[in-house]
Amino acid sequence: MSTPTTPQPPVRPRLGVFKFASCDGCQLTLLDCEDELLGIAAELEIAHFLEASSEPAPGPYDLVLVEGSVSTPEHVERIRRIRADARHLVTIGACATAGGVQALRNYADVDGYLATVYARPEYIETLATSTPVSAHVPVDFELRGCPIDRGQLVEVITAFLAGRKPAIPNHSVCFACKRRGNVCVTVAHGTPCLGPVTHAGCGALCPTYGRGCYGCFGPAGTTNLPALVPLMQRDGMSEEDIGRFLHTFNVTAFTAVEEQGQPGVTDAEGPG
Amino acid sequence: MSDPTPRSQELRIPSLARVEGETALHLRIDHGTVIEARLKIYEPPRFFEAFLRGRAHTEPPDLTSRICGICPVAYQMSACRAIEDACGVVVDGQLAALRRLLYCGEWIESQTLHIHMLHAPDFLGEDDVIGLSRSHLEHVKRGLRLKQAGNAVVELLGGRAIHPVNVRIGGFHRAPTRAELRPLEERLRTALDDAWDTVRWVAGFEFPDAECDADLLALAEEGTYAIESGVPTVLPYDEMLPPYSFPLRDFTDHVAEEQVSHSTALHSRLDGRRHLTGSLARWAVSGYLLSPLALEAAREAGLGDPLSRAGAGRAEVCRNPYRSILVRAVEVLYAVEEALRIITEYERPARPYVEVPARAGIGHGATEAPRGLLYHRYAFDDGGRVTDARIVPPTAQNQGAIEEDLRRLVQAGLDRGEGSEAELTRLCERAVRNHDPCISCSAHFLELDIERTH
Repeated sequence: MSTPTTPQPPVRPRLGVFKFASCDGCQLTLLDCEDELLGIAAELEIAHFLEASSEPAPGPYDLVLVEGSVSTPEHVERIRRIRADARHLVTIGACATAGGVQALRNYADVDGYLATVYARPEYIETLATSTPVSAHVPVDFELRGCPIDRGQLVEVITAFLAGRKPAIPNHSVCFACKRRGNVCVTVAHGTPCLGPVTHAGCGALCPTYGRGCYGCFGPAGTTNLPALVPLMQRDGMSEEDIGRFLHTFNVTAFTAVEEQGQPGVTDAEGPG
Repeated sequence: MSDPTPRSQELRIPSLARVEGETALHLRIDHGTVIEARLKIYEPPRFFEAFLRGRAHTEPPDLTSRICGICPVAYQMSACRAIEDACGVVVDGQLAALRRLLYCGEWIESQTLHIHMLHAPDFLGEDDVIGLSRSHLEHVKRGLRLKQAGNAVVELLGGRAIHPVNVRIGGFHRAPTRAELRPLEERLRTALDDAWDTVRWVAGFEFPDAECDADLLALAEEGTYAIESGVPTVLPYDEMLPPYSFPLRDFTDHVAEEQVSHSTALHSRLDGRRHLTGSLARWAVSGYLLSPLALEAAREAGLGDPLSRAGAGRAEVCRNPYRSILVRAVEVLYAVEEALRIITEYERPARPYVEVPARAGIGHGATEAPRGLLYHRYAFDDGGRVTDARIVPPTAQNQGAIEEDLRRLVQAGLDRGEGSEAELTRLCERAVRNHDPCISCSAHFLELDIERTH
């Protein structure tokens, strides 16, 4: 290992991109970095990225991006193998970080779900739950969003290359909304909005377009959900409406906030 | 592997690359004859149709967009149409134009992604777009620029390119001003040149001979190339059979899918026959309705002249799946032109949406996703809650045709003496990518002829 050798050309860190139960949108975000893609490819060797390349190379990988939730018995085995091959593992998106929209099954009768969707449920192999990667293996950083934000993805990759922590703020959408100069949709229009309890990252898109935030980045680092509930009730939402509002794209994470007052996922290294 | 025609062979390609989603292929070859070519989709089930139940009638557009990160707009548009159909609401005028504009953005970025990043490397002997950027940098840069132009349209109208937030039933949360749309014009003018150059580029590729013997199914709309609405229309493979249409509400009577064997293999039938949706089907059904510019590009690219058959109500038909990349390039050009037209004619509507009051009923919606016809059906109770949801995505419909394509191609390869695993793998991967499958979409909807027990 430490034997001196003749100078070699610089070795680029090797990138692996892997997919579990998901829509492909978060890994597509990498291909949507039109301005940065060729630059990223110059800095990192794209060793495994099935959506983009037909020549996948085996590990180990220096940086692994994982999209999607763990939802089959095979997934449980595969995520362990990938972790063993990964020097640095980052989950990208709500599925990998909080189980995703398919984690709605965690609160339902999965056999009933199977019978609803499939004529021959016995052919389908699935777990009763859809869980985040961190429920199975250690994760170095969790990037939120359904989907993730392109700018934040570039920041995570840049930070990895620079050997520093990603500068991903842990505050709520409200901060981004104020910075953008939006009028508050709840205060001004009585529109129910999850912005006060939702993790920033999207740039406060929904309020900018005149609708309430629907929580696709999951809970912010610190939230005061009990304070928001009466506001949503004031604006016409029933208890059931509020339940569905919170229980959609990051259902397990918001459920954890309701039950424990704290997000069920943590920013492993994110500055607070 | 040295025997070019092995007596008995099983070939498994564990993971197909450069397709959206995850799938494997299983081939059975006996005495040089392909017995079976089966796409094994191992996307895990995500149960959308199940957990849509009980949701409010406003929710399916945001929820179903999460089925696919590559064509979220298609899901939002098909969902909106189905819900509005159930509620007896028609969205027209500038709101309908804005929807078409949004959809054009998705067509531009999604078709360009497929052309440059997933499909072109096959024709040029590269493994991926990074390899392609070493040998064909200018073409890759143009592709990225063009894709960015499509994303810019979706981002401006929808807020973001993946899972846009601005779509709602009845229209949009916020309609842009004319001034806000103006910056897109310049970008789209550059894109028009880029799209032309893309057509010329792909027209220079070498296309192996092949023919897909399936019926072609696409939406048709009077006077325009169908994108965000239309009537299901079939061009049977058997030329003795006349083209026909059927009402959208009868969709599942005509298109039936069966879960046929372990895990995921699936047979899709249109009136008992194999069928294909997507660019080749759209071009065949509505090619003659493309703009003069797009038609000129199509003729230059060697796709023929659909106007010559317009009188018969049929476009010139291209059944070679390798040449689907040509049709995609022509469709991108059309979508860029169409986006420019809509922006030029745009007047901001007084309200960004029309009210869609909930009521009990069943609604049907279908639009042309970049990969083909995407059908949604919802049933609602009195309170506007979803009681039943059915979604039929294009790849689920195309799977039968893709498998038959694979069987024939592999057979032809074997007959030519190309029997090695590496050769067959390459052949099959190319054949699958010709059809631009979207596996994440297809896996959750294996079965549509369901006997529901609840």
